[in-house]
Amino acid sequence: MKAASRLPAAARAIVDGDRRVLARTITAVENGDPSADRVVRSLYPRSGRAPVVGLTGPLGVGKSSLVNALVGRLRELGQTVGVIGVDPSSPFTGGSVLGDRIRLERRADDTGVFFRSMASRGAAGGVAAATREVSRLLDAAGFDVILVETVGSGQVDVAIRDIASTSIVVVVPHLGDEVQTLKAGLFEIADIFCVNKVDLPGADLAKRDLAELVTLGGRANGWAPPVVGTSTVEPCGIDELWEDVLAHEKFLDASGERTRGERKRLSSEIVGLARDRVGRELTLRLEKDPALRRLLDEVVARTIDPRSAADRLVTGSRRTR
Amino acid sequence: MAKARASKKTPIRVLIAKPGLDGHDRGAKVVARALRDAGMEVIYAGLRQTPEEIVRAALEEDVDIIGLSILSGAHMALFPRILVLLKEHQAGNIPVFAGGIIPDEDARRLKKAGIRAIFGPGTSLEEIVTTARTLARHPA
Repeated sequence: MKAASRLPAAARAIVDGDRRVLARTITAVENGDPSADRVVRSLYPRSGRAPVVGLTGPLGVGKSSLVNALVGRLRELGQTVGVIGVDPSSPFTGGSVLGDRIRLERRADDTGVFFRSMASRGAAGGVAAATREVSRLLDAAGFDVILVETVGSGQVDVAIRDIASTSIVVVVPHLGDEVQTLKAGLFEIADIFCVNKVDLPGADLAKRDLAELVTLGGRANGWAPPVVGTSTVEPCGIDELWEDVLAHEKFLDASGERTRGERKRLSSEIVGLARDRVGRELTLRLEKDPALRRLLDEVVARTIDPRSAADRLVTGSRRTR
Repeated sequence: MAKARASKKTPIRVLIAKPGLDGHDRGAKVVARALRDAGMEVIYAGLRQTPEEIVRAALEEDVDIIGLSILSGAHMALFPRILVLLKEHQAGNIPVFAGGIIPDEDARRLKKAGIRAIFGPGTSLEEIVTTARTLARHPA
């Protein structure tokens, strides 16, 4: 790659395995710190290599324990793993207790694993605004597999779909009857269904309900999500779970779905980034431009309606550009 | 990239960990909760962490400050070890505070070794939060 020699120093360090610089860059990305901008841009061509595996599902189903078990399995297979564990920020104080790390069991000198806890910082959907870019940083840093654990999700927290190449929806026995599995949202994004705590009674019923759901029709792309039972208490199913991930990744390549999905995701990412930027510019304009501030006065006075004012804001900002 | 906190608006990241073998984590949880309520992002590493694990977590999580809780009496062995490991990783600038049952004489020696604040039983949460915030914003 031509640009390789011209990577910014921090990007070079990340590629060369400097975990400290990686950790600091992640902080900068989370904080929207401009110092991360060049690093993020320059490392993009080096991402898109590692499978990004999302684990989502309601709180308490055992996502963190499953992540730990998968990390163990992947290390056995000689794979290196980057993990992002997202937990919610308080809508009241902005504070957060990030506890996903607590389940992680690994040797302190094992450099084949990098674990980062991340607060959602007000983002809806189960991940943080920075999660996607941070998963790319881990990818560029050379980890073979990226695992992303979402916030304990509700029925419509499906943002992981925009980040992960394979999404695992984790449930436990007795979450509800089979009608729950028909409802829109979370269950629609599963590439794999995982019934965790399969050692508990009711597990067979939960598996059967999900298997039945799949027979009603798989994903629109032709993939039929497998249903796998796991337990981390009496360890079982972890190898199978990972095999299913690999099978799905293989399907993505063989069917062309990977490229199709990427195009869709990246298109919405670009539009999202552009929207943010234009939004910021317009906000600034409305605050700073005296003519546009008068416009606001008129809307407050009910002499102009908000839709017309928005028209003027857009055309006005175009004219002055 | 130099460590740069963008502004006062970016949340303080703090690691709360319990080195050693005692299982009394109520104090650590109460402090974690108080720091959360003060708007900080608290990485709760949990019980029975080795000094190596604690330092590793602090570096990966890029925390601004580390809080250690201990009730086992092993603080004179474990705390200095953590400080040494941090220095070995060029992270000696991360402030470390501690809480637990720590005799005054030990506390004096630990402060000399580089533990920035030590909180005994009966310390108010407000004092812990204020000290943690000050240490995080003004390291070294």
